[in-house]
Amino acid sequence: MSWILAGLLIWAAGWALNIWLARQGRGGLLIPVTFGLTLLALWECAVRGFDISPVLLPAPSDIAARFAASTGLLWEDFVQTAIKGALTGYVLGGLAAFAVALAADRFDFLRRGLLPVGNFVAALPIIGLAPIMVMWFGFDWQSKAAIVVVMVFFPILVNTVEGLQAASAMQRDLMRTYAASYWTTLLKLRLPAAMPFIFNGLKIATTLALIGAIVAEFFGSPIRGMGFRISTSVGQLALDLVWAEIVVAAIAGSAFYGGVALLEKAVTFWHPSQRGRG
Amino acid sequence: MRQSLIPVLTIVAAIFAIWYAAAIWLNAPWARDVAARGDQELSVTELVAATWSQEKPKLPAPHQVAVELYDTVIDKKVTSKRSLVYHSWITLSATLLGFALGTALGFALAIGIVYNRVMDKSVMPWVIASQTVPILAIAPMIIVVLNAMGLSGLLPKAMISMYLSFFPVVVGMVKGLRSPDAMQLDQMRTWNAGAAQEFLKLRLPSSMPYLFTSMKIAMAASLVGAIVGELPTGAVAGLGARLLAGSYYGQTIQIWSALIMAAVLAAVMVGTIGAVQRLVLKRMGMA
Repeated sequence: MSWILAGLLIWAAGWALNIWLARQGRGGLLIPVTFGLTLLALWECAVRGFDISPVLLPAPSDIAARFAASTGLLWEDFVQTAIKGALTGYVLGGLAAFAVALAADRFDFLRRGLLPVGNFVAALPIIGLAPIMVMWFGFDWQSKAAIVVVMVFFPILVNTVEGLQAASAMQRDLMRTYAASYWTTLLKLRLPAAMPFIFNGLKIATTLALIGAIVAEFFGSPIRGMGFRISTSVGQLALDLVWAEIVVAAIAGSAFYGGVALLEKAVTFWHPSQRGRG
Repeated sequence: MRQSLIPVLTIVAAIFAIWYAAAIWLNAPWARDVAARGDQELSVTELVAATWSQEKPKLPAPHQVAVELYDTVIDKKVTSKRSLVYHSWITLSATLLGFALGTALGFALAIGIVYNRVMDKSVMPWVIASQTVPILAIAPMIIVVLNAMGLSGLLPKAMISMYLSFFPVVVGMVKGLRSPDAMQLDQMRTWNAGAAQEFLKLRLPSSMPYLFTSMKIAMAASLVGAIVGELPTGAVAGLGARLLAGSYYGQTIQIWSALIMAAVLAAVMVGTIGAVQRLVLKRMGMA
């Protein structure tokens, strides 16, 4: 009972603090952090207060303890899935999409044919190809990288092709008056102008890559990897380990996205959406 | 649109050509093995024919998939467990329910975020953070936990679809509801419009293009959620179950026909939203 009461108190306090912070008109990061901490505290109090079985929902403190106790295991899974599977596939898929986008940009016929097809395929449940990739490339990380390649290919392709059209006619004419060749125009004008679009595609692809690598492991994997660990731990009712894997996945996903966003900031510092924000 | 018809058809034809060629390449070792065991020499045409008609090929040729699709869609009774229509309906119902729930939740959150400063500051970052949790990866756990709480069948799958589809709607609608500029908002104020009127007559209409765009993304995400949600239920029914069962028993033709079916579903649903979008925006004079 006291846990439930404490939970309600923390909820009220967190809410009041947030209202006060928002009224002050500042607070910045403090407001979402308060919100998140309040949620965590509520979760903890609810689990303890209502005596929820750890088989259904473990308390945050249990998850943290499990996380600290099995860092070695989590690291091994992280390397298998995120580095070998997702990152390899992401890089390969990105390079392939970039190459095809350049070709599509050079030959208008290809562009007009490929763009509608690419837009169509981007809406398809590509994750369904996972069992086929496992069949073709075996159980290890190669099949996971392959599915990631297919998943990230189309968003990056569509965005890159779109971006390569972004330079205005006036700018292109200027390059022509400089007697710039196709490649010079590409390198000095059109690729830089395309960067905001390309990074948009790259950012969408980061989440797809991690999800693809994890879900592909449900269709068969060696005895390590985040997807493998999640599906087997659910079977063993070790939900604290599952949640620890989720924490790893969330951190890896955020770091991946954040890394690409930082790179974008460095590359497209000139773009209006990057200016004026600290 | 018309001028891109020929290029698109060329690309599609090229995809089919590559598909057939890849089928020969991937299935040839098996065909040669069979022939060697039977002490036969295969001529080129025989080899090609053999690679395009295997029982469990590494890559089935398009016509094999088409035959399987015809068998399981047209020839089987709709109520039969072997009918692909039956499995598609299971997946489709979860997708649509999840999509409806997700759109409603996204809509409500967006209104809260636009009209409430505290919600804007505290909820919005967490909406974004919520998507870094790979929900598809923890779908098995959610299904199992909800099962233990007495929820089974349609609803757990729909919850996963909902989680995936509310995000694009929130982001799109927040953008859309904020799209009227200061001048238009001032105009509403000079007409002494109340909050409800401002919402119904200005903010909601101007958010429509954003809503439809995000609904298309949400629908595609919702379908993926429903398919992945079917994997851990022990492959009972649905397109995801067909995929998993196919991968257990090496029934590649079954996998590919389920994939094509999923693609058709996605195309039809996204296409429907697109058609409604054109209709609505035309009536509103925005397209």
